[in-house]
Amino acid sequence: MKILYFAWLRERLNRGEEEVSPPDTVATVADLIDWLATRDEAFAHAVEKRSLIKAAVDAKLVAHTAPIAGAQVVALFPPMTGG
Amino acid sequence: MAVRVQTASFDPGAELNAFLAASNGAGAAATFTGVVRSRPDDPITALTLECYPELAINQLTAIVADATARFGLLAATVIHRYGTLAPGEPIVQVMTLSPHREAAFKGAEFLMDYLKTDAPFWKQETGPGGTHWVEANDEDDKARARWE
Repeated sequence: MKILYFAWLRERLNRGEEEVSPPDTVATVADLIDWLATRDEAFAHAVEKRSLIKAAVDAKLVAHTAPIAGAQVVALFPPMTGG
Repeated sequence: MAVRVQTASFDPGAELNAFLAASNGAGAAATFTGVVRSRPDDPITALTLECYPELAINQLTAIVADATARFGLLAATVIHRYGTLAPGEPIVQVMTLSPHREAAFKGAEFLMDYLKTDAPFWKQETGPGGTHWVEANDEDDKARARWE
């Protein structure tokens, strides 16, 4: 699955996207964030405040409780500041 | 109903004229244009907006559909730019059409309140002191919450 990062999360990780293959036990967005954090200290630090991380699965905005089974693209990003 | 997400600039007046030209005698049109701000006490030289275009189109389309149903709008258009913009340039324009003014005003306000918090754009300001990400604003969350 492809992971996209935006704004300060992208900057702090020094990458806009990556391919990952989480195990089947990683069922939700929250599980995915936890799993990514175990692999990468910079990521763990950047997502320390989970409430500051928003998510989209296949270009649909979702809660952290949303399932990721079968997802092609998961995006993680800070609160939005458009307009 | 139209949603556009683009890096190119747009002419706010020309957009409004085109919107009005298709109004078919509806009684009320409201327009809001958001412009890059730079104040003497808080000058900026550039505003860069990052965007996730695919999600932005999905979110803006859903927000426009909500506003249309909620206020009985006859038409609504949202144009939102991303990329690097200079002070005074238009960032966003929302236009609504309805039989009477109240729905047009409220629809435009609803669209702006929702897109501020729910459309995937992130602002970065550049000024004399350097470049920083704009933090999400509690006031924007409150403005959105009053419609719930």
